[in-house]
Amino acid sequence: MASESIPLTLHKNPLSVVYEWLATVDHKKIGIMYIVYALLFLVVMGIEAILMRIQLAHANSTFLSPQVFDRLFTLHGTTGIFFVAMPILFGFGNYLVPLMIGARDMAFPRLNAFSFWMTALGGLILYGSVFAGGPLSQAGSAPDVGWFAYAPLTSPAFSPGHSTDYWTLSLLVAGVGSIGAAVNFVATILAMRCEGMTLGRMPLFSWMNLVMGGLVLVTISPLTAAQIMLMVDRYIGGHFFDTDAGGSVVMWMHFFWIFGHPEVYVLIIPCFGFVSEIIPVFSRKAMFGYPAMVAATVSIGFVSLGVWAHHMFTVGMPSYGNAFFVLTTMVVAVPTGIKIFNWLATMWGGKIRFATPMLFCIAFLFQFLIGGLTGIMLATAPFDWQLGNSYFVVAHFHYIIVGGILFTIFAAFYYWYPKMTGRMLDETLGKWHFWLFVIGFHLTFDFMHVPGLLGMPRRVYTYEANRGWQSWNMISSIGAAVQAIAILIFVYNMVQSYFKGAPAGNDPWDAWTLEWATTSPPPDYNFAMVPAVQSRRPLWDIKHPEDPDWKYE
Amino acid sequence: MSATGIEIPARAAAWKLPSRGRVGMLCLILAESAIFAIFIAAYIFYIGKSLSGPTPRQILTVPIVTSVGLWLSSFTIHWAVSALAKGKTALFAALWFITLALGAFFIAGTAREWRHLIFDEGFTIQTNLFGTTYYALVGLHASHVIIGLLALTVVMIFALFGKVKPEHHERCEILSLYWHFVDVVWVVVFIVVYGLS
Repeated sequence: MASESIPLTLHKNPLSVVYEWLATVDHKKIGIMYIVYALLFLVVMGIEAILMRIQLAHANSTFLSPQVFDRLFTLHGTTGIFFVAMPILFGFGNYLVPLMIGARDMAFPRLNAFSFWMTALGGLILYGSVFAGGPLSQAGSAPDVGWFAYAPLTSPAFSPGHSTDYWTLSLLVAGVGSIGAAVNFVATILAMRCEGMTLGRMPLFSWMNLVMGGLVLVTISPLTAAQIMLMVDRYIGGHFFDTDAGGSVVMWMHFFWIFGHPEVYVLIIPCFGFVSEIIPVFSRKAMFGYPAMVAATVSIGFVSLGVWAHHMFTVGMPSYGNAFFVLTTMVVAVPTGIKIFNWLATMWGGKIRFATPMLFCIAFLFQFLIGGLTGIMLATAPFDWQLGNSYFVVAHFHYIIVGGILFTIFAAFYYWYPKMTGRMLDETLGKWHFWLFVIGFHLTFDFMHVPGLLGMPRRVYTYEANRGWQSWNMISSIGAAVQAIAILIFVYNMVQSYFKGAPAGNDPWDAWTLEWATTSPPPDYNFAMVPAVQSRRPLWDIKHPEDPDWKYE
Repeated sequence: MSATGIEIPARAAAWKLPSRGRVGMLCLILAESAIFAIFIAAYIFYIGKSLSGPTPRQILTVPIVTSVGLWLSSFTIHWAVSALAKGKTALFAALWFITLALGAFFIAGTAREWRHLIFDEGFTIQTNLFGTTYYALVGLHASHVIIGLLALTVVMIFALFGKVKPEHHERCEILSLYWHFVDVVWVVVFIVVYGLS
């Protein structure tokens, strides 16, 4: 039983294995490629972060030149959003959604492969910039305009050469991939569910991917449009963002943030899906308030489209403009709060098992809450006038992205790695990873709020010694080193467990959704026979025919 | 065997899901609408803001004939798909060809208009804000028409070889959704460019 589920292809010609992966349209292989691709870029992004933290640990540091520092934070942000977070979430979604809804594959398998390869190409273009143009020690011709590439810094006058074009092109290409993936998610979830799997019985992770897919469709497109406009300006003399001709640079900000804000909801919503699958299983209780979770997620999706200018409070919009966005940003916190209450209510009265996936989810609950609270603080415009563009903002969004998104991604790894590989990850190493990462995360990002409050701006390559910022920065940098060690342990765990991990079997966690009803890893066709679906927990019904869920739903 | 197969109890209603092609095309249309919305927003925002150069009123002539042709092509493609569903493949091919011709006529008209603007009036994307937003918006739409024409041509070629059968009417209908989208966008762009400004 165990041997048939181990995917090592020892007897195949290596070339044919390579071809099999390059040419595959199978959602599971594509999912794994997305995830591995993202993990590689996670390491790259981490190295960029470590370099920046070394530079910032001391006042008046000359470890890095300002030019290189600018390229590092641009690459770090751009890579993190587009080549780590999005691919890893598309990867998990691709792998799991067809399994969870009892389907054979995604709706459009070839589009699926095309979308992955476009995303991959985007990453290559972005990092190609490092090796093109200038000297490698100066990070070549990598973009240095920040991940949001404000105009007029990106105009031909202020960004000569091609560094900005690498940024634009890589994201245009990756954006096409993202839209393709989103089309696939929506079509799969709406059109490929197995019999009995009504929308009201779908796993919450599928719901989250549906909302995410819809959001990607209307979110990435404005970025694509803005980038086309930027290329028109840079290459054929257009004036979209050219103030000399009457154009508006604030318009770039509007268009970018119309993309940029819903984008972060695109990232967090599938993570909500991970948590909604893991917490019930490790609390031995069905998810509390399933309909409210769905409604809350859909409302988050809609409201998130109307909050973008809270990134522009310091730009000088009229007071009623600022006020509108203050209010919408506060409103979006309400459905998010509902979800947190529901996760807590799921745990309440449950029999909690503190395995590694659950530890990461519990940490997520605390950290996401705190990150959300600093977000609400920043949402009050006058507070933001003081702290906009400071390290308080950096601390806030890293709290959400690392403390929220990355923690749940780790939880997802520990939970679904057995399904994908047929082996369990080592629990002891997992706990080392968890605790070291918690310590490192909090060292870095808790204390990062303080220099922000003391006035340290973002995107500065160094600072004077008499500001009182140095000790705080030093603590943050030490935390980064601790996080790096934790990640190394995680990588080691994944590699070692692949070869020596305990065999997982179909259903190591005693879970209830359909992906656990097939082998680990699943066969190419996913299900020999799709189980009957009459409730939200089809596997529970099969395992407990005397007390099925459909009697209660 | 890994998955247990319990008989599925009879459902009251048959299990009916939307077609994935239709959902996929509607998703694509949603995404493209968002792109057009941004270009239209930029156009509207920049109305009257050019610092120099010609204004729309001074330089544009309303392309009413080609526009009406494009909008008519929505009807012809609809009739074509209905004909195919009823098994009238010859009528389908004829109407499909007329749709293609009307679309090509529209592009030819746009090309003529632009040739006049660029070479006779010296009005380009670099001239002023109006030039930038006009060529970008109308050009974005025209490129979508061209992509549609390519898809229509592929179907036309299949139809001429007699390969398009009544059972393919759903696929042709999904393609026609894209064509209708292109037409609706032209309604909006037409009003904004030739009406509002």
